[in-house]
Amino acid sequence: MGAPLIGARVERKEDYRFLTGAGQYTDDVDLPRQAYAVFVRSPHAHAVIKKINSAKAKKSPGFVAIYTGEDFAAAKLGGLPCGWLITDVNGQPMKEPPHPCLAQGKVRYVGDQVAIVVAETSEQARDAAGLVEVDYEVLPAVVDGSRARAKGAPQLHEIAPDNTCYVWAIGDKAVTDAAFAKAAHVTKLEFINNRLVPNAMEPRVAIGSYSRSDDNYTLYVASQNPHVERLLMTAFVMGLPEHKVRVVAGDVGGGFGSKIYLYAEDVAVTWTSKQINRPVKWTSDRSEAFLTDAHGRDHHTVAEMAMDKDGKFLGMRVKTTANLGAYLSTFASCVPTILYATLLAGQYKTPVIHCEVTAVFTNTTPVDAYRGAGRPEATYVVERLVETAAREMKIDPAEIRRRNFITEFPYQTPVALQYDIGNYNATMDAVQKLADVSGYASRKKASEAKGRLRGLGYAAYIEACGIAPSAVAGALGARAGLFEAGEVRVHPTGSVTVFTGSHSHGQGHETTFAQVVADRLGMPIENVDIVHGDTSKILFGMGTYGSRSIAVGGTAIVKALDKVIAKGRKIAAHLMEAAESDVEYDRGVYTVKGTDKKKMFGEVAFAAYVPHNYPHDKLEPGLNENAFYDPANFTFPAGSYVCEVEVDPETGVVKVEKFSAVDDFGNIINPMIVEGQVHGGLTQGIGQALTEGARYDATGQLTTGSFMDYCIPRATDVPFYQVDTRVTACTHNPLGVKGCGEAGAIGAPAALMNAITDALGVKDMPMPASPQAVWTALKNKK
Amino acid sequence: MAVKVSLKVNGKSVSVEVEERTLLVTVIRENLRLTGTHVGCDTAQCGACTVSMNGKAVKSCSILAMQAEGADVMTIEGVAKADGTLHAMQAAFKEHHGLQCGFCTPGMVMNAIDFAKSHPNPSEQEIREALEGNLCRCTGYHNIVKAIGAGAKAMAAGK
Amino acid sequence: MHAFKYHRPASVNDAAALAKGEAKLLAGGQTLVQTMKLRLASPSDIIDLGTIKDLAGIKSDGKSVTVGAMTRHAEVAHSADVKKAIPALAALAGMIGDRQVRAMGTCGGSIANNDPAADYPAAVLALNATITTNKGKYEADKFFKGMFTTALGAGEIITSVSFQVPKRAAYTKFKNPASRFAIVGVFVADFGGSVRVAVTGAGPAVFRQADMEKALGAKFAPESVANIKQKQDGLNSDMHASAEYRAHLVTVMARRAVEAALR
Repeated sequence: MGAPLIGARVERKEDYRFLTGAGQYTDDVDLPRQAYAVFVRSPHAHAVIKKINSAKAKKSPGFVAIYTGEDFAAAKLGGLPCGWLITDVNGQPMKEPPHPCLAQGKVRYVGDQVAIVVAETSEQARDAAGLVEVDYEVLPAVVDGSRARAKGAPQLHEIAPDNTCYVWAIGDKAVTDAAFAKAAHVTKLEFINNRLVPNAMEPRVAIGSYSRSDDNYTLYVASQNPHVERLLMTAFVMGLPEHKVRVVAGDVGGGFGSKIYLYAEDVAVTWTSKQINRPVKWTSDRSEAFLTDAHGRDHHTVAEMAMDKDGKFLGMRVKTTANLGAYLSTFASCVPTILYATLLAGQYKTPVIHCEVTAVFTNTTPVDAYRGAGRPEATYVVERLVETAAREMKIDPAEIRRRNFITEFPYQTPVALQYDIGNYNATMDAVQKLADVSGYASRKKASEAKGRLRGLGYAAYIEACGIAPSAVAGALGARAGLFEAGEVRVHPTGSVTVFTGSHSHGQGHETTFAQVVADRLGMPIENVDIVHGDTSKILFGMGTYGSRSIAVGGTAIVKALDKVIAKGRKIAAHLMEAAESDVEYDRGVYTVKGTDKKKMFGEVAFAAYVPHNYPHDKLEPGLNENAFYDPANFTFPAGSYVCEVEVDPETGVVKVEKFSAVDDFGNIINPMIVEGQVHGGLTQGIGQALTEGARYDATGQLTTGSFMDYCIPRATDVPFYQVDTRVTACTHNPLGVKGCGEAGAIGAPAALMNAITDALGVKDMPMPASPQAVWTALKNKK
Repeated sequence: MAVKVSLKVNGKSVSVEVEERTLLVTVIRENLRLTGTHVGCDTAQCGACTVSMNGKAVKSCSILAMQAEGADVMTIEGVAKADGTLHAMQAAFKEHHGLQCGFCTPGMVMNAIDFAKSHPNPSEQEIREALEGNLCRCTGYHNIVKAIGAGAKAMAAGK
Repeated sequence: MHAFKYHRPASVNDAAALAKGEAKLLAGGQTLVQTMKLRLASPSDIIDLGTIKDLAGIKSDGKSVTVGAMTRHAEVAHSADVKKAIPALAALAGMIGDRQVRAMGTCGGSIANNDPAADYPAAVLALNATITTNKGKYEADKFFKGMFTTALGAGEIITSVSFQVPKRAAYTKFKNPASRFAIVGVFVADFGGSVRVAVTGAGPAVFRQADMEKALGAKFAPESVANIKQKQDGLNSDMHASAEYRAHLVTVMARRAVEAALR
C-alpha cells in the first residue's frame, strides 16, 4: 500500500497517447466504404427557400447523394428537441418553435442547414455542394436581442409572437421594490454580456454508420455526453428504439459546453448512412464551427443594488434580455434562468432579489451553455455592481464584500438555492495575501511613472455545480434526470476497469477517477482503467458539464466501490472464517478485528472469480458492481479573485499584470489537474473580457467568423497565474468535492473589468475591452 | 488529376498518389494514417497541424503536398524514441501538465522542439512569443509555458 | 479547394511562360493556400517557385541588403548580415505572422501580394528598396499601386529586393490581436539628411508620411513627430480599428519607432 493517491499530484494517465499522436479523436476514425458529407448552408440570416436545384451537383464527379428538408419531412424525422421547459410569468409554457434538422421552407440564421450532400471524397462533396442552386427570397433580419421585441421587428417563428420565447421571473418584486424605497444608496449599471464562440480546438465531427445485418446504427461523434445524444436522437428525432443505436465519443478535443447538444449534422449523417448504405463522415471546418456551434452568453441587463448607509445590501433588481439565437438549442432555455438568476445572491446576504428574464429569438446562431453557463453572467452582474457600489460609497471593495458575506451555513438564498457550506472570508483573506494587495499602491506609482495606468479589481464568485438533484431540476422544468452512473468491474487478477457516464475531454477523469479507485482499493493506479464515451460499454450517463463530473460521476463510482468493498467483506469473512461484522477494510486490506488475520483485496477478487472456497449459499461469484447517484443538492464552489492590469493610455492596450485566484472546491483529488482547470477557465474569462466577442452586422452576417477576426487568447495575452485553494468540504457527497471546471471563466471577467474600470477611472465599459474600446473610453472621459 | 508525391516521413521514404489540390496535412492524416497531426482551423492560426519539414516547424495545413516533394518530414509520431520513451519535450509536457484535451498538443510539441533547438534556456516572454502560432483553449498556456522552459533545458542537457 | 494544375518550373523563364490567364504563382503559400482552401481563389494553374534555384538568399555589401524573392521570413529575421546592416529589417521579418508562418512565407510573396496590412511593404518603401523582376527593376515609390495591386505585369516575377542601408531605422507594429497582421505599422528610416517614413495597415496600401519625413529630416527626434496628426481621410476602418484610431496610432507608432531607432 503506497502513499495516499487522493490529493496527490499524479501525472495523467491519458497524456502518453496524446503526446505521441496516438489519441483517437472522431476525425481519426475512418470506416470502410465511408463517404463524405458537406452541408449546404444558408448564406442569409433570414430567407424563404423558394427552390433548390441540385441538377448540377448530381453531375459533379464523385457525387453520391443529396437530401433536403423535404426528404427529411417525408421520412418523418422530427426536429431537434429542447431539454428544459421554462414556464413563463403567466404560467404558460415557453414557446418552442420547430427546429428542423434541415430547413423547412425558411432559413433563420447564416449557417442554417439546407441540404446534406454526400460524395466520395470531402473535396468532391464540397465541389458538389457548391453546385447546389438555392433560390432564396431574402427577408429582413433582427440580430440584436434588445431589438427583437421592437415594433415591426422581423418575426422568426409563427408560434412565437414578438420573437419571445418566454418572460420569466424569480423573487418577490413588491418586497424588493420596498427595499429599494428605503435605500440610502442605489447603484445601477446597464451592460451587455458579450456573445462568445466556444471554439474548442477540435471542430465537431460526426460519422453515421448503419448495419443492415442487425439493423443497428452507430454514431461516432465529438460529444460531451453520448447517452444524452442517443436519447435525444432516438426518442425525439428519429423515432428509433435506443437499443438500436450506439453512440461513441472517443477522444474529444475540448467541449466547454459546445459539444453537449444534439446537432442537426449528427442526425443527418446517421439517417443518411442508412439511405446510402455506407458510413457518412462530416468534419466541421473552423469557419463552419463559428457559424454552427452553439454560442454562449449574449445578455443585455439592467441591474440595481440597494444599500443602507453602511453599504449593507438591502436588495437587488435585475432585468435581462437573453438572446437565444434562431432556435432553441438543447439546453438553451435553462441557461439564462435556472443557471443564472438563482446565482444572483452571490456570496452575500442580500435579503431580497427580483430578476426578470426575457428570452428572445433572433436571426443568429443558437445560444446555449458555454463554460459557466449563466453563472458567469450572474457573477458579472453581482460583482460589477458590488465593486461599483464600493467606489460610489467610498468603501474599500474588499470591505464592502466582507460586510455582506454569508457566514452561517446552511444558508437559504432568496433565489431558491440553499448553500451547504463555504467560508468566503477565508478565500478573500488568502487572495489578498496572494495578490499582495498591500503592495499595490507602490506598483501603481511605478506604473504611473512609466505613463501607464494601473487598476485592481476583485471578484468573489459563487457557482452552483454538481448538477443536479433530479427532483429539484425536474420541478424547475428539466426534462431529464441529472444523476450519474458508474460501474466498477474487478477482474479475477485484481485489476479494475471502471465505466463512467462522465465523459472526459480534457478534464483528466482517466486519472482523477483512477486515483479515487486505486486509493480505495489500495492498488497501483496503473491497475485501474477508466472507460467513458461509448453507450455500448457504459451503463448510462448524463455526461460532462456544469462542473459535475467528480461530484456526481465520481460519487457514483464511490457508491459502486462501496458495494464492491461490501461484497468483498463477505467473501473475506468467509475466507478468514470470521463474522462479517468483525471484518474491517482499509485501502485494499481486509482484517479481522483484534487478530492478525488479513486478506488482500486481490485475493478476495480472485476468490470471487475462482470460487473454490466461497460462500455460495450467500453470494454470487464475480465482483462487479454498479451504482447510480443522484445528488442531494448542488455543490457551491466559491472563490475570490484579484486582477491587476496596466493600461497603455496611448494605445488602449490592457496588459493583465497579475491574476490571483483562491478557490474553494471542497476536497481536491489532484491539485495539478485542478490548477490546470483554473488556468484554462481564467483564460477563457480573460478572453471574454479582453479579446472575444461575436459580432453580427445588421443583415445578420457574422463578421467575426474566423480566427482572423475573433481573437481567442494567445500565450502572449495572459500572465502566469497565482492560484491557491481553501477547503470547506461539501457536506453531502462522500468525497467532499464540489467541482472546479468552470470557476475561472465565471470569476475572471468581473475581476478584470473591475480592474480596467479602476485603471481608467470610468464607471463602466463594455466587454471586450479591446484596445480601441479602451482608447475611446479614455478619450471620451477627457 | 492524380499526381505522385514522394517524401520522407519519420525517417521512412513514402510515395503517395493524390489530387494536385491535396494539402500536406491530408497526406499525413489520410494517406499515411498518421492522425496525431490535427486540423483545428482553416486560416493558419491554430497550429495544431504543425510538423517539422526539413528541420523547421511549419503548418502542414498551409502547404500543398506537392510543395513537400523530396522533403524530410517529422510528425508527432516520430518524436519519441523507438522503444517508446518520450522525447524530453514530451516528457516535460507530461510532468508539467501542459496538456488537457490533447488536441493542440502535437502541434505545440512540434513547434516547441524546433524552438528549443535555438533557445536552450528561453525566457517566459520568448516562449510566449514562440507560441504566437499555436492556440490552446484548455490550459491557459500557463503549464505549456512552464513545460517548454523545462523541456528546452532538458534538451540542452542532452536528455 | 478547387482543382488546379500544378507546375514545378525549373527556371524563372519557365515560370513566367506558364504565368498567364488564371494561373497563380506560389511562393511560400502562406496566404495563397489559405485563400484557396477557403475557395476564395480558384486559380486554374499553380506555378510553384519553390524549386527554382538562386531565388533565395541574402547578400549584403554595406550599401544595400539584397534579399532573394524566395527567402523565407525566418532567414531574414535570423540573418547575421541583415541584423548587422539593417537590424530593423530583421526585426520586421521576425514580427510577421508566427514562427511557423515565417519558416515558409517569403519576401517576394509578401511584396507581390501587397496586402494592405502586410509588414514587408513598409520596409520596401521606407528603405527605398529596388525590386528586381525577370523583366526589369522598380523603385519602391513606383511599385505599390493600391490594395493588393502592384506594378507587376502578367508573367512578371520578382527575383530579389535590394534594401538600402540606412543610418538608423526601426519598425513598430500595432498588431491586430486576432490575425496578427498590422493594424498600423510604421517603418522609420534615417538616411542621414533624408528620412523616409512608411505606414502600413492604416490605409488601402502602404504609404509614405510626408509631414513626418520632413519633420524628422529637420530633426530626428521623437518630439518631431509626436504632434503630427495623420489625416483620417482614406484610412481603413473596420471592427478592430476605426480610421480615427488608426490615424492616432500612426502618430504613436511613428514616435515609438523613432525612439527605438535612437536606442
